[in-house]
Amino acid sequence: MKLYCLSGHPTLPCNVLKFKCTTIMLDCGLDMTSALHFLPLPLVHSPRLSKLPGWVSKDGAINLEKELKECAGRVFVDSLPEFCLPEKELLDLSTIDVILISNYHCMMALPYITEHTGFTGTVYATEPTLQIGRLLMEELVNFMERVPKAQSATCWKNKEIQRLLPGPLKEVVDVWAWKRCYSIQEVNSALSKVQLVGYSQKVELFGAVLVTPLSSGYSLGSSNWIIQSHYEKVAYVSGSSLLTTHPQPMDQSSLKNSDVLILTGLTQIPTANPDGMLGEFCSNLAMTIRAGGNVLVPCYSSGVIYDLLECLYQFIDSANLGTTPFYFISPVANSSLEFSQIFAEWLCQNKQSKVYLPEPPFPHAELIQTNKLKHYPSIHGDFSNEFRQPCVVFTGHPSLRFGDVVHFMELWGKSSLNTIIFTEPDFSYLDALAPYQPLAMKCVYCPIDTRLNFHQVSKLLKEVQPLHVVCPEQYTQPPVSQAHRSDLMLELQPPPMPYRRCAVLGLPFRRRYERIQLLPELAKSLVPSEIKPGVSVATVSAVLHSKDNKHVLQPAPKPVVVPPSKKRKRVVEEPPELLAPKPLLSGVVPLEPFLATLTKHGITEVKVEDTADGHILHLQAEDTLIQLEEDGTHIVCDNNEPLRIVLRDLVLRFLQKL
Amino acid sequence: MPEIKITPLGAGQDVGRSCILVSIGGKNIMLDCGMHMGYSDDRRFPDFSYITQNGRLTEFLDCVIISHFHLDHCGALPYMSEMVGYDGPIYMTHPTKAICPILLEDFRKITVDKKGETNFFTSQMIKDCMKKVVPLNLHQTVQVDDELEIKAYYAGHVLGAAMVQIKVGSESVVYTGDYNMTPDRHLGAAWIDKCRPDILISESTYATTIRDSKRCRERDFLKKVHETVERGGKVLIPVFALGRAQELCILLETFWERMNLKAPIYFSTGLTEKANHYYKLFITWTNQKIRKTFVQRNMFEFKHIKAFDRSYADNPGPMVVFATPGMLHAGQSLQIFKKWAGNEKNMLIMPGYCVQGTIGHKVLNGQKKLEMEGRTTLEVKLQVEYMSFSAHADAKGIMQLIRMAEPRNVLLVHGEGKKMEFLKDKIEQEFSLNCFMPANGETATVTTNPSVPVDISLNLLKREAALGGPLPDPKKPRTMHGTLIMKDNSLRLVSPEQALKELDLTEHQLRFTCRVQLQDPHGDTDTLSRVYTHLKSILKGYTIQHLPDSTVMVESIVIKVSSSSEDPNAKVLLLSWSYQDEDLGSFLSTLLRKGLPHGLC
Repeated sequence: MKLYCLSGHPTLPCNVLKFKCTTIMLDCGLDMTSALHFLPLPLVHSPRLSKLPGWVSKDGAINLEKELKECAGRVFVDSLPEFCLPEKELLDLSTIDVILISNYHCMMALPYITEHTGFTGTVYATEPTLQIGRLLMEELVNFMERVPKAQSATCWKNKEIQRLLPGPLKEVVDVWAWKRCYSIQEVNSALSKVQLVGYSQKVELFGAVLVTPLSSGYSLGSSNWIIQSHYEKVAYVSGSSLLTTHPQPMDQSSLKNSDVLILTGLTQIPTANPDGMLGEFCSNLAMTIRAGGNVLVPCYSSGVIYDLLECLYQFIDSANLGTTPFYFISPVANSSLEFSQIFAEWLCQNKQSKVYLPEPPFPHAELIQTNKLKHYPSIHGDFSNEFRQPCVVFTGHPSLRFGDVVHFMELWGKSSLNTIIFTEPDFSYLDALAPYQPLAMKCVYCPIDTRLNFHQVSKLLKEVQPLHVVCPEQYTQPPVSQAHRSDLMLELQPPPMPYRRCAVLGLPFRRRYERIQLLPELAKSLVPSEIKPGVSVATVSAVLHSKDNKHVLQPAPKPVVVPPSKKRKRVVEEPPELLAPKPLLSGVVPLEPFLATLTKHGITEVKVEDTADGHILHLQAEDTLIQLEEDGTHIVCDNNEPLRIVLRDLVLRFLQKL
Repeated sequence: MPEIKITPLGAGQDVGRSCILVSIGGKNIMLDCGMHMGYSDDRRFPDFSYITQNGRLTEFLDCVIISHFHLDHCGALPYMSEMVGYDGPIYMTHPTKAICPILLEDFRKITVDKKGETNFFTSQMIKDCMKKVVPLNLHQTVQVDDELEIKAYYAGHVLGAAMVQIKVGSESVVYTGDYNMTPDRHLGAAWIDKCRPDILISESTYATTIRDSKRCRERDFLKKVHETVERGGKVLIPVFALGRAQELCILLETFWERMNLKAPIYFSTGLTEKANHYYKLFITWTNQKIRKTFVQRNMFEFKHIKAFDRSYADNPGPMVVFATPGMLHAGQSLQIFKKWAGNEKNMLIMPGYCVQGTIGHKVLNGQKKLEMEGRTTLEVKLQVEYMSFSAHADAKGIMQLIRMAEPRNVLLVHGEGKKMEFLKDKIEQEFSLNCFMPANGETATVTTNPSVPVDISLNLLKREAALGGPLPDPKKPRTMHGTLIMKDNSLRLVSPEQALKELDLTEHQLRFTCRVQLQDPHGDTDTLSRVYTHLKSILKGYTIQHLPDSTVMVESIVIKVSSSSEDPNAKVLLLSWSYQDEDLGSFLSTLLRKGLPHGLC
């Protein structure tokens, strides 16, 4: 059993597990941090960005002024942003049988894998994961396609050139794995390969392996996976949360007793408490609005935004923000808000029970109804007419490189009255802001990452007791910036097996058994004999049928009786079937009882001779020798087949058959 | 032999008060707990005294499963759990859990508040009963206890309707509840995988019907409604608040829009709006088309259909009214019917099944004079149309489901006895399956024949697979040999050698040696060659070797030749074999005793 690690990003994993005869890809994360090295894509012409100077090396030898631009002391690539794909060379991706998706953030690389590698398998995901994942992909494609940029920069990727560039471009690795965004056709084709599953549904793969998604508590429809056979169990833990937010709570008990637990998707901000951050978010928002400024919240279109809106729903009136307009701008804003209301089965208890009333589970329905929250597909169209300030705008993309957020950065960046509040933990906020510097607007960093922290995970592992843990290498040492914090790493016994991009791990497994079914007729025909107290054995001679990786033992067919043909004169000479060797024997033939048995069968003239290892019995009348030893019996008998058979059966009475 | 026992307490050769007891692998499960619309005495509820004469049911039942929210499937639930007494888990899907208490409360109100019955369950009992409900998701495997697991499948029929698979070890039962094999305007079609249950318990409401295409029926329905409205008549469509009503509303709504019709459409109960809200929130349970477009246009927001007020019934001019309940046995639909029955311009469209004893059933059977309460008679002059829109599988659909699930036995419930018999014959003929149709209180028993799961050592399995060649050949079955070790409830199949080792036993070698005398005027080496050739010609498919040390080996049997000192032509063949080759050894010694044939060279 092997694990191929195709992504080095601990929260956007992509691993391939070879288990029994199946090849299973676990998640398909797309590392978008690469986009931070690119210039933002403005929605309307930005004189500032278009006037940036091109980059030329100091000695003037390398001129990349078309590809690279200098901005606020850093160098950015001037082209459509590119994302870092999972490794495609480590193994033949066309051999992948299934892809298991754990949550909608971890499937963004799906079109690259399913459309360009010869993949012919099935993708498994829950319905919310599929629907919201589709929205996020559509949004991404929309962001890219509405600001077409013909130029594609590749010269800078040349190793010789990259080496001479200023940091941080100089240090980035795997630049050749960076690719442009996919098209909507590719998204549709990729998602048509998804097969929906529900929590605790047992999905059988090729009769050999059972996979089951379990609630992971992180986002709508998010799941951890159990991959098991009758004897081996692998738990795949991806983004999971023990906090009470909107999704169904995490199912921990089903993770118990796994042989290997693959642990990914821990919190990226282990030092921040999500509840505290939420409080800070609200107070900063209120402060800015009261001072007459605008608030910009760069965020994804699904996920934490539901919790932010719910928090604001409770906060608005007490903070006297009843008249402040809240805008949610995204090509999928409406869909995201609508979809969130129809997945009651996937929500936490108290949201679920709202549906029974029947009321929408999320309070943002009421915010929309009362016109406090308005959503628009983009800044163009209705929004530009209805837009009032000061206001709060939720919009993407959190990298600040594309999407409507770029426009608001240009619009509001110059005033210190305005505030940008970062809530998404996926991008370093300083890097995100770099191409907008110098910036007058206030910056508040309140990352909300509800995924497990190190304290929670070590408690969880104690609870579920896996034999071995596999995790990204980042989790086996404290973060670089906080090298002294030994509490910010996994300390386990036995130590976790770390992986990095392109690693291939042999997982510590020894398969010994397989499940087989004895047909009832066969089971009935078995004759068990007790060998030791509580231990019985029976010899089984049966026909093995294997189909779809399922094995069945059937009774051996009765020998076909050939009707004696008239032509053939000699019928005796049919050799025995090759099929039936006899069982192994065990035990000892004791002398006295054996002699007694012989006497009972009319064999009385027995001369016993002692030897070094046992006895030789001479049956004088029959001229036959029987040599009895500790570990063997030898019958020498000529010309008297009936006698030999009698003796054989008498010996067998004393022995156990295996 | 393990057995599965199935006893209907209701719905045995009947429609109404569905309640079926299943006993499988030592577990007892109650499937549905419904009431009968045709009775208002004791017979309206299943006879729970069958389970126990006195006391509570909790210790006799492992779980209760409700297939959908129709009262003939859940109407007796609060009575059973709160008045008879049951505290175990009750499973139903989320939509059923949401809607079921509303219908129960409605039912209670009609019975207690309107009819003035006492000794009936209360609102509080409905609430307490619903607290015992555990929601089920589609395809989720729910472990009721260590051995019993259940799984729900989509059944169409109404919002949240489910079929359930009940499994204990390798034995299983599938109960369909009510289902529909053709998608309609708001729901999808029932689906189940090839789960091969020991027995499939299927409804059989339309056991003898094969319905024409849905489109024809819809066109017919719209035509009739349109004609009546055109000539100024009123159309009454008795429905249940949830289910068919929504489908017909969608149908009329789109028709009105397309034809630009002005006649008002009303929906009679206050429940409608709420009902439509449930459909919006449980949109994932509707059909593909509605799910796909719900963000742009929610099909359950109607423009043309308005709430009905009692006074509207006397308004002049055409109108279409959807009124509850669906079988004209009480409530608003009955009141409106009474008002409109006398006018031949009006029309009554019955879109669903009516159980015996209801006015709906009488009218459908062509009765023109009805005896009403208070000894009055009502003359029925209005036109009566029956259009089966109720979403049950027809005979074709039932056969289709049997083909899908591949059960070993079939049991029919929820249908009329005579019709069932027809379908039973058909199933037995077409699938050669046993088909049962027990009456209420009768038990059907099927014996199952579960195979025994065993752990086989991978070494043995791989060795066997390797011997069988790269691909298994079904025509040449190979016998494999192993030793089954039974210890502490575990069954392990290993190779005999491994068994010896594991059990710490030493092998006992049993050998036989046999001297065969024969006359053969040749040298010893020649004789051996002749033996070799002889055996070679007889033993096809065996490994026979002529070794340089003057032995012939047949498999592991050793044959040597020596001649007696007195007579060089009298040869002695020495055969030696171990017990494992006993059959072959015995055969060889007998064969060689007959001497060598002459023609050998």
